[in-house]
Amino acid sequence: MRAKFVMSEVRIGLRRNVTMTFAVMITVAISLTVLGIGLLANSQVRVMKDYWYDKIQVSIFLCDPLSSSASCAGGAVTQAQINQIQSDIQALPVVQNVFFENQAQAYQHFQDQFKGSAIAQNVTADQLPQSFRIKLKDPTKFAVIQSAFAGRPGVDSVQDEHTILDKFFKLLGVLRDGALLIGIASVLTAALLISNTLRLAAFSRRRETGVMRLVGASSFSIQLPFLLEGIVSTLIGWGVSTGLLAGFKYLIDTKVSPLLSFTRFFTWGDVWSASALLLVTGFIVSSLSSVLTLRRHLKV
Amino acid sequence: MIRFENVSKIYPKQDRPALEGVDLEIVKGEFVFLVGLSGSGKSTFLRLILKEETPTTGSIVVAGKDLNSLSAHKIPELRRQVGTVFQDFRLLPNKTVAENVAFTLHVLGYSQKEINREVPDALELVGLEEKADRRPGELAGGEQQRVAIARAYVSRPAILIADEPTGNLDPANSVGIMKLLDRINREGTTVLMATHDSTIVDQMRKRVIELEGGHVIRDQVRGVYGYSG
Repeated sequence: MRAKFVMSEVRIGLRRNVTMTFAVMITVAISLTVLGIGLLANSQVRVMKDYWYDKIQVSIFLCDPLSSSASCAGGAVTQAQINQIQSDIQALPVVQNVFFENQAQAYQHFQDQFKGSAIAQNVTADQLPQSFRIKLKDPTKFAVIQSAFAGRPGVDSVQDEHTILDKFFKLLGVLRDGALLIGIASVLTAALLISNTLRLAAFSRRRETGVMRLVGASSFSIQLPFLLEGIVSTLIGWGVSTGLLAGFKYLIDTKVSPLLSFTRFFTWGDVWSASALLLVTGFIVSSLSSVLTLRRHLKV
Repeated sequence: MIRFENVSKIYPKQDRPALEGVDLEIVKGEFVFLVGLSGSGKSTFLRLILKEETPTTGSIVVAGKDLNSLSAHKIPELRRQVGTVFQDFRLLPNKTVAENVAFTLHVLGYSQKEINREVPDALELVGLEEKADRRPGELAGGEQQRVAIARAYVSRPAILIADEPTGNLDPANSVGIMKLLDRINREGTTVLMATHDSTIVDQMRKRVIELEGGHVIRDQVRGVYGYSG
């Protein structure tokens, strides 16, 4: 068969089954969009992790006269203890850099953080603890610091911002997995709908396919128009889903991002790579469900 | 052209064979009537030739192809050499007469130029060149059957199979169809026609193969519909 003839048969088929074709397009568009949002949620979690993990540090607060923890029973930390702790920290391979914050710096830091608030005015430098601020090469290796320094004389407490973030990211992870799961489920729904639609199309055109068989069309050329119909509607659905995801990104850039300046969002690159993945997924799912359906319902 | 060697066909879940021990040959250029009551095995006979069914035992050779060893993807090739016409015409209602005839050629991969040349020839042969742009629904039954014949014949198959082609037609139209099939036969195409129509068989005086209960009970050169005694 010539390509022109095949295409005209595809056009006729799409027109004749116009409501079902629309149903396929819309279902594919929605399911790919949902899956795409799952993928973007994944990118978003990654972006936020990179952003936040880059900022977080482990803090070792040292005893001051007011500390009440057991390891501070000996009173405020001594200079000898400070030197010992510093060299021990630097000896650890997981440490990228370490910074000692004395009371004057802590005071400055505090004033910056609570600028304009009443607390800032009531605090004096000697009320604030000295601390080591440690940046790790791998932020997840916090436990190393914890086990090495917690409870050591002169150390009041070891604090990791990581533990707070981990809870947050765990929550985000659940949301992302949920979105991906719903996306996959809706893609499966789309596959079933494509299969069902083709079955109907094959039934409504059994006269044509019967004639084609009679005059000796190969099974491939009988199935091709149906296959192309499934693929064409999938491609249109994919186009719509990419448009929706791009709109989503635009909305975030223009409306959401200015309000939430404390974090960054996924990039356009993430949108395009999600779209490419959706194209591949849509293509594989639709051609696979088409081929399996047609093999059952368009025997030669 | 068509050779059956000791062919039997038993459909699954049926104890009585649809065809049993059929052994015959139809040579190139012959015109053969296949007669018999409903359920005598005529349809099975035709379906076996197109490899829509495979024989339970025995072998069939059509146009030089041994159907038992013909692989599934070669079946279309076989069907291209066998034109088919049915009692119910089987035309595509949404296509014009010319498009219906052209459909065969499109499927077989002819170029538009070849199609433009062959389709009018075929329509002229069946006397419908004036109605090329009509749709099947606008034509009378006899005319629709002519379109079906044009479609079956436009690719010049070696064999033409007609299953009750006059079954839905009045006698006058039936005669017209028979003249057409006779003409196609004279141009060298082997014609095999299954029919109930005794008048036609008696008039044409061609070879008659009669089936009963799946057995060939008569194979007669220049035969008539009933027993000639």
